[in-house]
Amino acid sequence: MTAISEASRKRARAPVVVRLPAHLVVLFPGADRLVPLVARDVAEMVDGLDALWPGMRERLCDETPAIRRHINVFVDGRRAKLATPLAAGADVFVITAISGG
Amino acid sequence: MAQQVIVLVGTRKGAFLLASDSARRSWELRGPFCETWPTNHVVADSQSGTIYAGGGNEWFGPAVWKSTDLGASWSHSSQGLAYEAGQAPVKSVWSLAVAADGSLYAGVEPAGLFRSTDGGISWSHIDGLQKHPSRPEWNPGGAGLILHSLVPDPVDAKKIWVGISAAGVFATEDGGTTWEARNRGTRADFMPEGQNYPEFGQCVHCLVMAPGGGGRLYQQNHCGMYRSDDGGRNWASIEEGLPSSFGFPAAVHPRDPDGLYLIPLNGDIKGRFMPEGNAAVYRTRDAGANWEARRTGLPQGSAYFNVLRQAMATDTLEPAGVYFGTNAGGLYASNDEGESWDCVAPHLPTITSVETLVIER
Repeated sequence: MTAISEASRKRARAPVVVRLPAHLVVLFPGADRLVPLVARDVAEMVDGLDALWPGMRERLCDETPAIRRHINVFVDGRRAKLATPLAAGADVFVITAISGG
Repeated sequence: MAQQVIVLVGTRKGAFLLASDSARRSWELRGPFCETWPTNHVVADSQSGTIYAGGGNEWFGPAVWKSTDLGASWSHSSQGLAYEAGQAPVKSVWSLAVAADGSLYAGVEPAGLFRSTDGGISWSHIDGLQKHPSRPEWNPGGAGLILHSLVPDPVDAKKIWVGISAAGVFATEDGGTTWEARNRGTRADFMPEGQNYPEFGQCVHCLVMAPGGGGRLYQQNHCGMYRSDDGGRNWASIEEGLPSSFGFPAAVHPRDPDGLYLIPLNGDIKGRFMPEGNAAVYRTRDAGANWEARRTGLPQGSAYFNVLRQAMATDTLEPAGVYFGTNAGGLYASNDEGESWDCVAPHLPTITSVETLVIER
């Protein structure tokens, strides 16, 4: 029992891996495309990104609050919202929608 | 010291800067800046030389970009540039202006006004405009419900005029707490017969202030060109002598309050391009009583472009320079108060705004 909860705590601390689009990263000097972060849900992940690179929250979220209309966040292959939980080690893709012009 | 003029150009794909000496015969083009974001307005603080660019990206939302080194490096922010949670999100920044007290203002879509007192790093909402009783009845124009004209008084920082499409002209004299509609005398041809002069709801296209501090304003409206000599409380038509009542930009002479430049288009339902394909800038030197078309150097017979609402400006040199940019990406410059013109950048992206900065160096 003790061993299981220890393993569970370890999993909770294991980071998720966030992949950011190039044209977001270019807006934040020093930012990385591949970011390991400890976060329990997408909202916490955004908090973590904003702590690393202040202002990144405004680029990804509007004041609804919600992920911006033409930004897609995929968690383990499924489209996510701010409240979507993140399992330890989850793969998160932040992707910009197709846009013309 | 020698003077240098910098023309600040906003485009659908970033900001560009063109620089020349005071002769303004040859130009050096730099850009695109702002990571090619759609940029609606690029302005400069004439005191500090800081350049600000406002826009919005379909992916990443609204932002104001800033360069303190004449475009060599840029940063961006939109901290606080948001309505309250649950409101329709701010989509983009449409207009920027530096007020007499050094504050930076931003007009946005959907129409609203924000203020920054730290040079564009953080913003606060001037919510008095949203509290105007007409607010629930504001309707968007063709480009959206945008606050596109932003005119702070050059002396009294508490006085600001704004133009909103299609809500009309509003003014505050208390720094934004209370606002008054100032549209008396401007037409709304798109309203039913007998309701063509409402208190608000006019489709103002561009609002500019004449120099000299006399309370004179000019506006290009969807329905006519107008002058006010009392801070916008009353407007009189100045469209007689022009080829149409429709156009977008207006630019004042930097020193003569009777000097105004307009670019009338052929009409709002006729394609919105140069009349008969002949490009012309119309100039008045008597506050709109008489107009003269200026065409030398402008394309004749083949000009099916338009000029957007923020895409014409003058500089402060002597004689004054005049500049406009087209939706087809051509930037035209005159170094002789509009007498003659040169195309100084033929192939930019769609030009949304033109402003100028004169520096000593």
